[in-house]
Amino acid sequence: MSEPTSDLMLRTDHVFMRFGGLTAVNDLNLEIRKNEIVGLIGPNGAGKTTAFNVITGMYRPSEGKVFFGSDDITGLKPHQITAKGIARTFQNIRLFKEMNVLENVLVACDMSIATGMFGATLHLPGYVKREKEARKFSMELLEKVGLKHLAFEKGTSLPYGQQRRLEIVRALATRPKMLLLDEPAAGMNPQESVELMEFIRKIRDEFDLTILLIEHHMQVVMGVCEHMYVLDYGVTIAHGDPASIQKNPKVIEAYLGVD
Amino acid sequence: MKTNATASPLKITRNRLYTLIALGAFVVLAIVADLFFDAFTLRVFNLCAIYIVLALSLNMLNGFTGLFSLGHAGFMAVGAYVCALLTMSPQLKDMNFFLMPMVPWLRNVTIPFLPAIIIGGLAAAFVGFLIGAPVLRLRDDYLAIATLGFGEIIRVLITNAQPITNGAQGLKGLPRFSTTFTVWIAAALVTLFMVLLMRSSYGRAMKAVRDDELAAEAMGINVFKVKVTSFTVSSFLAGIGGALLGHMITTIDPKMFTFMLTFNILLIVVLGGIGSISGSVIAAVVVTILMEVLRFLDEPLNFIVFKTAAMPGLRMVVFSILLMVVVIYRQRGLMGNKEFSWDMLTGLFVRKGRKGGTNV
Repeated sequence: MSEPTSDLMLRTDHVFMRFGGLTAVNDLNLEIRKNEIVGLIGPNGAGKTTAFNVITGMYRPSEGKVFFGSDDITGLKPHQITAKGIARTFQNIRLFKEMNVLENVLVACDMSIATGMFGATLHLPGYVKREKEARKFSMELLEKVGLKHLAFEKGTSLPYGQQRRLEIVRALATRPKMLLLDEPAAGMNPQESVELMEFIRKIRDEFDLTILLIEHHMQVVMGVCEHMYVLDYGVTIAHGDPASIQKNPKVIEAYLGVD
Repeated sequence: MKTNATASPLKITRNRLYTLIALGAFVVLAIVADLFFDAFTLRVFNLCAIYIVLALSLNMLNGFTGLFSLGHAGFMAVGAYVCALLTMSPQLKDMNFFLMPMVPWLRNVTIPFLPAIIIGGLAAAFVGFLIGAPVLRLRDDYLAIATLGFGEIIRVLITNAQPITNGAQGLKGLPRFSTTFTVWIAAALVTLFMVLLMRSSYGRAMKAVRDDELAAEAMGINVFKVKVTSFTVSSFLAGIGGALLGHMITTIDPKMFTFMLTFNILLIVVLGGIGSISGSVIAAVVVTILMEVLRFLDEPLNFIVFKTAAMPGLRMVVFSILLMVVVIYRQRGLMGNKEFSWDMLTGLFVRKGRKGGTNV
């Protein structure tokens, strides 16, 4: 991998995240290029989700900076970061529980509808037009991922795998440039995991995305990731392409040794 | 409930016809009530409208944005006082302020009811905004306690701002502007506003904040802004409701706006269904009427065989029990978070056994 640095999509520069005496993320230096699928792996408690929360603005890093493209996004609010083009899913699915599938996706479009409270309440023409577009866009998204026939079902009543898919669609509806997936294959059997990885590759190509995904089962992501970072106790112990990761003695010791 | 027409293009469907008939019947009822009801009954009838306004404004916070606020009485007080002070004539103010004269700049102001009530609402909204901006960083029960505290602070401030509010004596003889026409127009407008708001993208954002704050934020919703807006608008509506109440009872004093008033409104919201507009409307009417009908319980009861002494407050015991029963057997309240529809009503009588998944 020797693309020019202008291709860099996301970069974290010496990021530390401390909670009291615990250093959850210790000197994280990610470099993710455009259209890559990158895996962030590591055993439980390695600091993967914390790293996600720092990137998406849920936490402000104790030290270090996060760059998206050429913008410094350190310390921005989560919604501002979403507006910049980073969308995420959650490890424990977080759908809007009182809403149906379509509404779940529509919420993610609200940013682009961007009408004030009164414009929306009075259904002014500009608002009505944008709302209509958002509905059409959402339905198209749902159709692409095969959830259209469930559009009016309650989101939380869907089977587990489809809830995961819906969460990804919802993230896509914010029209991101980059997608962060937090353990998308959690709770799935090997067959479903393989399908999901196919799906991830497909949306990367179709929506021109850069994807960073967390997984703690290394095998699951071996096939789909082009680049990997391995965390253990907050420290990046290795990074490189999947083949070299698999051979790395440090990784084997921290992680695969027992597997 | 009455304004709950379906969203499809203008077509006279059967349900739309029902809605029109119901609306028409209601207008006739209102006119009959206004002309023929005795003063007491008419007052209860109009009180229903005011409680609809108040319940909807609290439901906007508790039900739709998921903010458990208990400071509603405070915002009502602001609305009621501001509106009252703006509509009373200088002579009337002099009669009220016999202990200590009123500040002159306010004494000489008298404006018509409509601008006064709007200014009252705006004042309540402003106070709501001031309180909301810091307090809305809290969540759940902490938010409830903080808003409860601020509600009380407003009341204490009013009690002590003698030259402006006449303190604990309150204000008497307010012009009776809250006519049947006024209060029901207000109730209809607020209901319409809520229905339209909750159908819009902004209402959807509020519900998203309620359902999952973190996910809403991650979907690009400025959660804090949505919360503050909701709190401010809710305070505005509470101020309007308070002003209407003041101009109906024609007497206001700080003791009126204690936590008990907030509790009454909360009772309506919980009974009707947290997050249901029609639930709030129905419960507002039912609770307001029950509050008056059950008044006999507070007086000495005659069971023929024996008589009991007067037990003021027994009425509220009934409501407490009612609330308990609802919370135990029907946690989501009368309507849950659903809205009234004619299909629901016919479904109730015809019993087609259509429970669960309705669309395949």
